[in-house]
Amino acid sequence: MAQDHRPPIESGCPDGFQYMHPVMRKNYGDWDYHEHPRPGVLLHVAKNGDQIWTVRAGTQRILDVFTLRTLCDIGDKFADGYVRFTIRSNIEYMVADEAKVQPMIDALEAEGFVVGGTKNSVAMISHTQGWLHCDIPGTDASGVVKAMMDELIDEFKENNMPNRVHITTSCCQINCGGQGDIAINVQHTKPPKINHDLVSNVCERPSVVARCPVAAIRPALVNGKPSLEVDEKKCICCGACFPPCPPMQINDAEHSKLAVWVGGNHSNARGKPTFQKLVAAGIPNNPPRWPEATAIVKRILRAYKEDARDWERINDWVERVGWPRFFELTGLPFTKFHIDNWRGARRSLNSSTHIRF
Amino acid sequence: MADQHHDTPMLDELENGPWPSFISGIKRLRDKHDDTRINGMANDLLGQLEHSYETRKGYWKGGTVSVFGYGSGIIPRFSEVGSSFPESKEFHTLRVQPPAGNYYTTDMLRQLGDSWEKWGSGLVTFHGQTGNIMFIGTSTENTQHFFDEINEYGWDLGGAGPCVRTGMSCVGAARCEMSGLDEMKIHRTLLNNFTDDVHRPALPYKFKFKVSGCGNDCMNSIERSDFAIIGTWRDDMKVDQEEVKKFVARKGREYVIDNVITRCPTKALSLKDDDTMDVDNRNCVRCMHCMNVMVKALSPGDDQGATILIGGKRTLKIGDLMGTVVVPFMKLETEEDYEKLTEMAEETIDFWAENGLEHERCGEMVERIGLVNFLEGVGIEVDPNMVNDPRQSSYVRMDGWDEEAEKWFNRKAEEKAAS
Repeated sequence: MAQDHRPPIESGCPDGFQYMHPVMRKNYGDWDYHEHPRPGVLLHVAKNGDQIWTVRAGTQRILDVFTLRTLCDIGDKFADGYVRFTIRSNIEYMVADEAKVQPMIDALEAEGFVVGGTKNSVAMISHTQGWLHCDIPGTDASGVVKAMMDELIDEFKENNMPNRVHITTSCCQINCGGQGDIAINVQHTKPPKINHDLVSNVCERPSVVARCPVAAIRPALVNGKPSLEVDEKKCICCGACFPPCPPMQINDAEHSKLAVWVGGNHSNARGKPTFQKLVAAGIPNNPPRWPEATAIVKRILRAYKEDARDWERINDWVERVGWPRFFELTGLPFTKFHIDNWRGARRSLNSSTHIRF
Repeated sequence: MADQHHDTPMLDELENGPWPSFISGIKRLRDKHDDTRINGMANDLLGQLEHSYETRKGYWKGGTVSVFGYGSGIIPRFSEVGSSFPESKEFHTLRVQPPAGNYYTTDMLRQLGDSWEKWGSGLVTFHGQTGNIMFIGTSTENTQHFFDEINEYGWDLGGAGPCVRTGMSCVGAARCEMSGLDEMKIHRTLLNNFTDDVHRPALPYKFKFKVSGCGNDCMNSIERSDFAIIGTWRDDMKVDQEEVKKFVARKGREYVIDNVITRCPTKALSLKDDDTMDVDNRNCVRCMHCMNVMVKALSPGDDQGATILIGGKRTLKIGDLMGTVVVPFMKLETEEDYEKLTEMAEETIDFWAENGLEHERCGEMVERIGLVNFLEGVGIEVDPNMVNDPRQSSYVRMDGWDEEAEKWFNRKAEEKAAS
């Protein structure tokens, strides 16, 4: 079917200045300080005294056009028509006039959006696509997040935590959701089940072999067909072979579990950035509301809230009180799986007499 | 259609509770939209999702879909259970690059929404984890139509696959007093220099730029980007002693000592008896903590610039890596400065494209060949700020010691002459 295609205009990343609130344009690079008048509201003051008020609201992230237009209506009617989104998919409205703040909050809440997510709150959970759109998901993401945020909504709307809490979820071990103070990630527990009839037609075998982090995959002839086999003693069930080779099915309704990691912190404040560490695993992948995972998250949050000092993120807190105390306070089991054996793991072992009793 | 809704007992559970429900949103598209194409798509999407919830499996497969002239920017999805859910059997996502800093007007959002309901499912996310606007769900044919329409009024696709990916930058100078950079300019300068590498995947694997205006690193650049640009300063931090006194008066000495003074990672702060603050600027590492607490009293210095780190990424394949400092400080003011930054990014990507293995992130390559080989490859001189500690292992051949020491002394002499 011959058809004339139009060549693309390679405009790349658009200029944000044209969509920016005029007060922000005017004071670009000239801000003096900010305040937190109430949860969900930020006040930034420029060196010349200009003010910009920001109202932040949590959304369902997967927006239908009706919801998008509702958000736009609120922006037109109660704000100045300028919005931005945070990287945790909260929407922010900026206005220059404090009088517009409360009516906007009322309008957002009347439509079911949740004002909050600032300062030392539990932020909106950043998450992945899950069963809604991903090709390799072990669980849903939007559903897990909806179920958890239902339970954590008060912590989103208030500023009661020692410091901010970033939670993330990821529907496979690639962890697109990223590092978080608390991360809830799929953790496969069994090697892939291979459909040997399909491998040679679907998979580029050398690249699948190369993908394995522990060299557990070998080319093999199975039933007279070229295929791949997995050395199950070596396999760490990471699922890296599944995206390039779908016949190596890693997802399992029963054996793909959830794991919880804590202490990922990308800020340089106080200490250097830290990666998250395993604290709980073997959690059932239990749609539609994943109560077991939520219960563990709430248990960790409760211990952190009660025991951490002001400004301590979860990693700061654990560093101060020690991991034995973390497991004691949360009631989570400490197992052989918590001891790292990946390359460089010796750095994570205690080679001192620094022990708390 | 309306009388043949899939039963969704599990998904219905997600309509309970106070947090906004994405299921209710998809149901609105199924029940309330006046386009039967969208009604059917939403219905079958819910049907397939319910099937996933029941069986605890995903049913989307990738494929090859692109728009004319590009090889990237579309996430193709074909349903494995399309015969049961035919109206959403093709459900591709378009990744569209947002403006740097994620600023929009409501007019712009409406325009995008109008185009999307004409050609797609009506579902959209601001933004995906890489930083794109994600227009979720359209057919292979409509992918091109939607792109043509929004491309005409100023939007372009982002990256997907082994290419330069869509960038991210924080709110930055537009609304934050901590910002030490022109994040938007850096973001657009870099990304739009690599437009070809965004649209035509030809690299070993993905390559991400992320810009944060200060060490708080709200964009998670150090942990999640191959090329992180972080704002910093090299003169003294600014202390408004009157504001310090006010803060102490309001919060009390104990609070300031416990939450500011003793939290400084290099013990560079001291609270004086007259409630003013001393800063040992020589030993301040720009961690941002004291400024986060005392926003009015303490501010970044004026001689601002960027620290650049290379090679952050998550686990696959060799384990998590943070970015590594390769440029402790560079000014980003003049056009020459920006050219230098762009050249450095080009050198980095060229060297990695040449030497990286297939599916090997830049940081993994650095891990494999060693930082020094990378630095020599891209023409950057060694600097003690690149390491936490010098070498521990004596297993190294060092018969070029004298020449290397000579280089160092010559560089130091040049720096002294230039200052």
